[in-house]
Amino acid sequence: MKKLVLFIPLVIFLGMGVFLYKGLFLNPQKLDSALEGKPIPAFQLERLETPSEMITNEQLKGKVSLLNVWATWCPSCKYEHPFLVMLKRQNILPIYGINYRDERIPALEELKRQGDPYHTNIFDKDGRLGLDLGVYGAPESFIVDHKGIIRFRYAGPIDQRVWSETLYPMIQQLQAEAAKDGAA
Amino acid sequence: MRTLTKIIGGLVLLLSMATAAMATPVDTYEFKSPENQKRGLSLAHELRCPQCQNQNLIDSNSPVARDLRLEVYKMVDEGKGDDEIIEFMTSRYGEFVLYKPKMETKTYILWLGPVGLLLLGLVIGFIFIRKQRIGGSTEAEISAEDQKALDALLKRDNK
Repeated sequence: MKKLVLFIPLVIFLGMGVFLYKGLFLNPQKLDSALEGKPIPAFQLERLETPSEMITNEQLKGKVSLLNVWATWCPSCKYEHPFLVMLKRQNILPIYGINYRDERIPALEELKRQGDPYHTNIFDKDGRLGLDLGVYGAPESFIVDHKGIIRFRYAGPIDQRVWSETLYPMIQQLQAEAAKDGAA
Repeated sequence: MRTLTKIIGGLVLLLSMATAAMATPVDTYEFKSPENQKRGLSLAHELRCPQCQNQNLIDSNSPVARDLRLEVYKMVDEGKGDDEIIEFMTSRYGEFVLYKPKMETKTYILWLGPVGLLLLGLVIGFIFIRKQRIGGSTEAEISAEDQKALDALLKRDNK
């Protein structure tokens, strides 16, 4: 018994060691999204392409979709843009763009020049929808299921690796869920 | 005496310069009342900027922080309570934006851990000291056989 007591400090030390060692590999930049599992915030905003048209959160229901926050002032968005254009050609799911704190004309010109991967663009000029989504930079992407619930958030540019390792498996799973719901 | 006033004067000057050198972004926001201003600023001080992550909403220059700051001020002027405003922020940006995490089951260790460790230390120290007092006062016991052997040795050395 007495011998065991002497081991207590060692046990505590090892416990702390494991805990701190784990801490070395955490990414402090990565924040959990507060919105995963919640529906898309209610909004009513102009469509980027046609100002007279209004888009609401209701329109994002029905299909599994990708919401992508982008802007002309954001260099990482330019980096991910070609990949999104390629995704659109594969016709896997609709990609909705949120044009975040941007100007309409340069944004439309950019899409003309670089190709337009988006099904529709929501024009979030003053960043209000972005604020409701908990966006703190661009690019950010959200996977939304067929009921309009946000299921996953990814902060940063999407590339082949992120897509095939994380996003695509999740999208396939959600599309299977949606198909089951449709059949029922 | 005069040197003392000089030193104090110098210190005051230094301090005032030091505070002037700490630049924080200035917003041209008009609060409805001084009370609102006080509450708005103290709330913004307590919330962390989600982008820069090591500054509060007041100190941060990022556009997101500016928006959130103004949002906080607006809500204060609308007469919303502190809890409501904090709820608004955490429902969008997560618990991360709070410098003071809430008291919940998952944060008990944060709040109570240090106190727990202090108590543990005190208990261990107390036990240790008591043992020493009790143990130190008793003389070492020696069996009869050992005593004989010891006596024999002592006799041998004394010869």
